Formats: sequence, C-alpha cells, structure tokens
Amino acid sequence: MPNTNQSQVLSDKFAGLVEKAKAYAEHILSLANDSFEKTIAVAFALCLVGAVLVSGSAVILKPLQVSNKAADEKTNILEVAGMLEEKTNVEEAFKKFEPKIVDLETGEYVTSMNPETFDQRKASKDPALGVEIPTDKDIAKIGRKSKYAKVYLVKEEGIVKAVIIPVSGYGLWSTMHGYMALEHDGQTVIGLNLFDQAETPGLGGEVVNPKWKALWKGKKVYKESSEEGKEFQSKHHTEVGEPVLTLVKGSVDPSKPGAQHQVDGLAGATLTSNGVNNLIRYWLGSEGFAPYLAKFRAQRG
Amino acid sequence: MQAETKKVLLDPLVDNNPITLQVLGICSALAVTSQMSTSLIMSLALTLVTAFSSAGIAFIRNHVPSSIRIIAQMVIIASLVIVVDQLLKAFAYDISKKLSVFVGLIITNCIVMGRAEAYAMKNPPLESFWDGIGNGLGYSAVLISLAFVRELFGSGKILGFDVMPLVKDGGWYVPNGLLLLPPSAFFLIGLLIWAVRAWKPVQVEKPDFSINHAAHGEAH
Repeated sequence: MPNTNQSQVLSDKFAGLVEKAKAYAEHILSLANDSFEKTIAVAFALCLVGAVLVSGSAVILKPLQVSNKAADEKTNILEVAGMLEEKTNVEEAFKKFEPKIVDLETGEYVTSMNPETFDQRKASKDPALGVEIPTDKDIAKIGRKSKYAKVYLVKEEGIVKAVIIPVSGYGLWSTMHGYMALEHDGQTVIGLNLFDQAETPGLGGEVVNPKWKALWKGKKVYKESSEEGKEFQSKHHTEVGEPVLTLVKGSVDPSKPGAQHQVDGLAGATLTSNGVNNLIRYWLGSEGFAPYLAKFRAQRG
Repeated sequence: MQAETKKVLLDPLVDNNPITLQVLGICSALAVTSQMSTSLIMSLALTLVTAFSSAGIAFIRNHVPSSIRIIAQMVIIASLVIVVDQLLKAFAYDISKKLSVFVGLIITNCIVMGRAEAYAMKNPPLESFWDGIGNGLGYSAVLISLAFVRELFGSGKILGFDVMPLVKDGGWYVPNGLLLLPPSAFFLIGLLIWAVRAWKPVQVEKPDFSINHAAHGEAH
C-alpha cells in the first residue's frame, strides 16, 4: 500500500535527521569552548530549551490562572457589594448578580453584546470600542476609555437592590482598577474597592485596607434637595449631576454639614488620595456613569 | 562525597550565610519580610530557583563558552524564575499578588548569580544542587526571622493569626508602625549581622585601610 510506503519513507527521513543531529551535537561538543561555532550553537540550544520551558509552563498553566483571576474579580465584586462573608460560596452568591452592558454616552443598556464575555479593559484599547479621552477631560488620567461599560445589577426577588460600576484612575504609581457599589437610589455608596493597584504598601496601598473601605458606606455621591445648590430628590431626580463626594485631609467631622459627602483621606498618601478623588469625579461625572445613573434612578421611579 | 554535601548544605546557614556574611540578596529581604506568609513563599521560590539553576548550570559547565558565560547563566535562571512565577499565579494567586514584582526580581537576586558563578561553574550538578538548597535555606533562615520580628511587633500577628491584640481592635498592644516599612528590615539585618559576628568573630572583616597614626599626628 502506498500509505505504508509513505510513512516508511517519512520515518526513514526522520531517523536520518536524528542521526545527523546527533552527529552535529557530537561535533559541537568536541569543539573548543571558545570557538565561534560552539558559542553560537550553545547559545541557540540554551535559548531553545529556555523558550520551550517558559512557553510550555505559560500555556499549560493558563487555564488555571485565568480562572484564578476571574474568581478573584468575583470575590472583589461581592466584597464591594458588602455580600462577602467568610463562608460565602462565591459562585453561588454571584448568581444574584446580573451583568449588563451600558453605553456610557447615552446611559442606555446595550443588548447587542454578550455581557458574559465583554472585557471592558480590553475594549478600551480596541480602536472600534474605545475612545481617546481629551486631555482637558481626562481628570482620572487613564488615557483611553471603553465606550461601553459592564455594570452588575444586584437583584433580590426580581427587584434591583444595588448597582456595581467599574472605576479606574491613576494614583501615584499605578492605574487603580476596582468597583464601586451604589444602592438602588444611585446615590448612596455601599462600598469602593480598588483591588487592582500598585500604590506604596502601607501608605497609598491602604486603599485596600478594610477599615478605610468601611468609611465609604452610606456616603452620598450627589447633592441632595435639603442642601443648597442643585436639587436632588432621591426618588425623582433624573438630572445628570456632578459628584460632590471627596476625600478630605485628616478625618471627617460628622457634625459639620456636607459630612455625608466626605471620606477621610489616606494619611501620608496625598497623591493616591488625589487619584481616588479624580477617579470619583470622572466616573460619577457626566463623562462617566452620571447619565446612566440618572436613567437608573428614573427607571426605579 | 557525604561530607561535601553536608558542608554545602549546612555552611550557608550560619558560617557562610549569603545575607549576613556575603551581604547578598538584601533587596528582596527588605521588601517581602513584613509578613511571614510572603517571606515563606519567597524563601521557597528562591531556594528552588537557586537549586535548579545551579544544577542546570553545573550540568553544562564544561561546554559553556567563557565569552557568553554570564548570559548563559541568566537564560537558565530567568527561565526558571518565569516558571516559578507562572506556578505561583496558578496555585497561590493571593500570595503572588502580594509578592508582585519580587518573584520576577529573583532573576537579579545576587545569591542566585553568586552561587552559579562561584560554585556551579566548578562543581558537578548534584553538589551544586545541594549548594543551591543550602544557600536558599540560609537566605530563608534570615528572611523568616526578619519576618517573624516584623510581623509580630509591627502588626501583632504571626502568619495572620492575632498573637498580641492591637489597641485599635480593643486589645493592649500598640504596634510599631516603623517595622512595617522597608527601612526597619535594614536595621534588623544590621543588628543580626552584629549579633552573628559577635558570636563568630571569624566573620569580622579586616579593615581595607588602616590609618597611619604617625602621619595623622603630623597633620595637626
């Protein structure tokens, strides 16, 4: 049969090649160490072995790493919504979360994309899905943003309890990525979790300190009707507002007016604190989620 | 044979410790020792990398052209470090996040290069392997003792478990915040070197220069 013949020929060729390689290896090994040919051959062989080792481990371990990363992200989303306890089953609890894609400009939901597979960070770099932010508007110093954002609605028995929005902004050393959870009024903060950051450990890195994160709970993002200035009626307010929530130096005096819009700054980390401020101003402002949040409140009626 | 293995394994613990005697690998000793858990993983990673890279380098030592000898060592070390980094990301994700760049920086850790150049290039693979393990253990011993002091007195914990309840959590211990910052590791390493050299005066280095007192007197 021609097939056997062919494979016979191939294996013969292969055996021939192996023999040649063996002969060449012996020839190389017998050369003087500092000869030109041996230097090149040794360097090439070493690089080949190194490359196989590195790419092999990267390819084999990739599925595990990806699932680790996804699990970590889910854990952080649960945490920002205040739903993470020691014995929480992350996968189980995550079923209450409904991912949605939002068009940042109009604030409407987009149904043409699959929220399960949408990757906002990748989209921001995609020329079709992302846009360059003009320098004067880029207060969070992130350069580019995705036109679409992935938000999570927390539902209990069909009723929206909270919304979780992704935020990012530049601190001192790194772009901090994380999530902010707001209650169903689109106004009261549940939490802010900037889990993906590389700020100075012990100073700016304290953005991940649970005690500092706890300070955000119950703070209000926009001005309310009882205050002077822009009216905000928690139920019917649908106007696109600018956030007034900021970090202050030292600690917040709860007796002063406006304390509900203030959070303690991070001691010894002015630049990281500024970064957090900028990120709030950007992502909760009209460039970020303000149009969406206005619609979100309206839908609740 | 046996005696050699024993020597290369145990010498680096005190008598020839890479940190306290050779003063190598200080950078990572400062960075990762604020917690026991990160130091343990870092020690394990460095010990494995040193051992396997030494063995690999020793295996090819007779065929490495001297003109590219350092870069050849680097290729082996760097490949192993990346493999370790990938393994950590796959099996110890939280720790790998805490160690961040320092695993990658094992590539430039002077201990690994130092052992490759000083020992593995001249000795057979098995001994070089044990030499790597020994030096890794010497590094680990210092790292873990630093981390023990820093975590215990800096945050009142050992391996994340409360040992001394902090004042802010309603306990009695006021933590020393300096111990959580990298410079404190400098002070601790300094004290450790002092202590080891007081115990083993052989390790005290001779001064490079001695002041000539006669000439000094004339200058007055």
